[in-house]
Amino acid sequence: MNADPRGVLTGSHFLDGDHAAAEGALAAGANFSAGYPITPSTEVVERLAGRFPFTGGTFIQMEDELAASIAIQGAVWGGSKALTVTSGPGFSLMMEHLGYGIMTETPFVLVDVQRGGPSTGLPTMPAQADMMQARWGSHGDYEIIALAPSSPQECFNLMIRAFNLSEKYRTPVLLMMDECVGHMLERVVIPSPEKIQIEPRRYTRKGPDEQYWPYSLEECNNGDLVPPLTKVGEGHFPHITGLTHDDRGYPAMNAKSQAVLLGRLVDKIRNNADDIITIEEDGTDDADVIVVSYGITARVCQPAISRARAEGHKVGFLRLVTVWPFPEKRIRELAGRVSAFVVPEMNLGQIVREVERCSQGRPKVRGVTHAGGAVHDPEEIYNAIREVMG
Amino acid sequence: MSESYEATVTDPVSAPMTCDSNPVEEWLRMDRMPHIWCPGCGIGTSVNCFTRAIEESSLDRKNIAIVSGIGCTGRVAGYLLLDSFHTTHGRALPFATGLKLASPKTKVVVYSGDGDLFAIGGNHFIHAARRNLDMTVLCVNNFNYGMTGGQVAPTTPEFAIASTTPYGSVERPFNLPYLAQSCGAVYVARWTVYHVKQLQRSIREALEKPGFTFIEMVAPCPTLFVRRNRLGDGLAALESYEENAVIKNGADTRECDLGMGGPIVCGKFVDIDRPSYLSNQVAHLRKVLGDRYVMPDAWQGVVQ
Ligand SMILES: Cc1ncc(C[n+]2csc(CCOP(=O)(O)OP(=O)(O)O)c2C)c(N)n1
Ligand code: SF4
Ligand SMILES: [Mg+2]
Repeated sequence: MNADPRGVLTGSHFLDGDHAAAEGALAAGANFSAGYPITPSTEVVERLAGRFPFTGGTFIQMEDELAASIAIQGAVWGGSKALTVTSGPGFSLMMEHLGYGIMTETPFVLVDVQRGGPSTGLPTMPAQADMMQARWGSHGDYEIIALAPSSPQECFNLMIRAFNLSEKYRTPVLLMMDECVGHMLERVVIPSPEKIQIEPRRYTRKGPDEQYWPYSLEECNNGDLVPPLTKVGEGHFPHITGLTHDDRGYPAMNAKSQAVLLGRLVDKIRNNADDIITIEEDGTDDADVIVVSYGITARVCQPAISRARAEGHKVGFLRLVTVWPFPEKRIRELAGRVSAFVVPEMNLGQIVREVERCSQGRPKVRGVTHAGGAVHDPEEIYNAIREVMG
Repeated sequence: MSESYEATVTDPVSAPMTCDSNPVEEWLRMDRMPHIWCPGCGIGTSVNCFTRAIEESSLDRKNIAIVSGIGCTGRVAGYLLLDSFHTTHGRALPFATGLKLASPKTKVVVYSGDGDLFAIGGNHFIHAARRNLDMTVLCVNNFNYGMTGGQVAPTTPEFAIASTTPYGSVERPFNLPYLAQSCGAVYVARWTVYHVKQLQRSIREALEKPGFTFIEMVAPCPTLFVRRNRLGDGLAALESYEENAVIKNGADTRECDLGMGGPIVCGKFVDIDRPSYLSNQVAHLRKVLGDRYVMPDAWQGVVQ
């Protein structure tokens, strides 16, 4: 399906990542947002609040992030495409409702423009330290989809991709920005609506008098684990609960139902990892060392990589555009061929653990940590590359 | 049925004491019966009043959504054959807010407990009332947290016993009608589940009135609050409601505090008109943006 022209601001713009993300949401067809102000994310909802009255959308500033993160889910069941936007402290408050969205299979996008933490931390300065919270922050077991843009252009592009994935897999999707990409100004090209592909919401084909169960795979092809949605007012009378439930949506609190439900919820992501995962590689074919990074740090690595290459070293580069699910298949393949991975990230060692896990002790894995507040000095990354080269 | 009970059934117009099916069955998910509520619990009575109120009302069943939080009362959503949402603890109101904004044609009813709406969800309550978005909030006040074993709630009367105040609570409880009125609710009433007819009528009025409408439904939790405070059983609690109720429509809500064994002021206290969030929003954006304002598709023809 092509994008609805109402939301698409076709043209070449000079935008920061926050504003570009807002335009991405509008282009994706989002028509509802609820938020609570927090630096460095607020510009996203400020732009939505200004633009929605011209595109047929609604923004409401709620009383806190708990409210914002559940108001959007009410809106989705009311038929909207919705997002909320926050940063560190607000991201923590939204965790219960991330779980509610996963459990009830409510599609929406949650943006975290990462800043330094823990607690109030560095409100105006960058970090990439919520990456494990993105993966495991809500209680219980689940799989999550998280994307990490490296530029304002990518904030736009990946916002659309985040909405598309959320609809396709009927699940919340996280857009893990950081203060740098959120606030840096660059050229952002917004294509014309017919060049933007939108994944339409899959609604049940059942009529109002037919029996519809919100978690039944009856209308799915073999192997498709994503049941079609409904919304209020259709006469389907769904019951939606965060309790462990059966296909009817009715509470079914026992070990067997738990195993069946959680099994499907994780498998709908795990079985489609190849479709969900996007990575970018450069020079990995014959590399000795591969630098693995994401978000703004993936750009900060570039001078270090160029310098090492100029000195004749075979340094490859792999950028995680999708961070969760983690591209373990590819990292495992590469782990069999290279002598080391270098993993720069703006935290004290999060994604590096995944690289280590997938490496299973074969190549060396060297994290390049940074507590946040500023991006890395490329020199540190260069030194790490030289160090693992021995 | 005991003989003495039969002897008291003398009123020829009273409803038959037995029937083949539950008269409000068509509103219930009968495939979920039996429900979880204890014998004598007041929640079921409130549901009975609610279903009769919607039956009598002009509302189209397809356009009613029920949203609950977590708790014994929170389970109401799961038993009603309506679009029904069992959300998270305390967050029924913000969920309902999003739902209403996305689908204004839907009559959104929030049905939840006193702890859910006024402890963990208290902040949402005051803001929802202030915004005056069209929705009806029905609160079962059983003076404690039923679901988790009878802990103290923001409604527990002073000196009453709860599992976490084993020697009596010393906090001043909320006066819910006063709170609702001061935050901007356009309709505020209180009834006990003894007052089924009045409660039913009041729910219907609240459902049919635009804006944020609120009803406190005083109900026994015989398993916990009633037993722990040695107030007898569910029936004894209802008898005490009959005895202590003071029906005073239009009462000053400042005088509606509830204490242990004191009067229970019941009635309709507030019924005013105030522009609702949706109509205000549309009128204002039309004024400032003129023809450039694009109303959300789902609002067309619903919001004036
Ligand atoms: C975030 C969170 N905290 C605590 C709980 C545990 N909990 C479940 S129900 C409840 C209290 C419910 O009390 P009330 O709203 O008065 O409902 P009642 O059971 O009395 O009808 C609590 C504390 C929870 N489910 N979620
Ligand atoms: S514990 Fe109390 S509130 Fe809960 S079902 Fe039993 S009587 Fe009702
Ligand atoms: Mg209670």
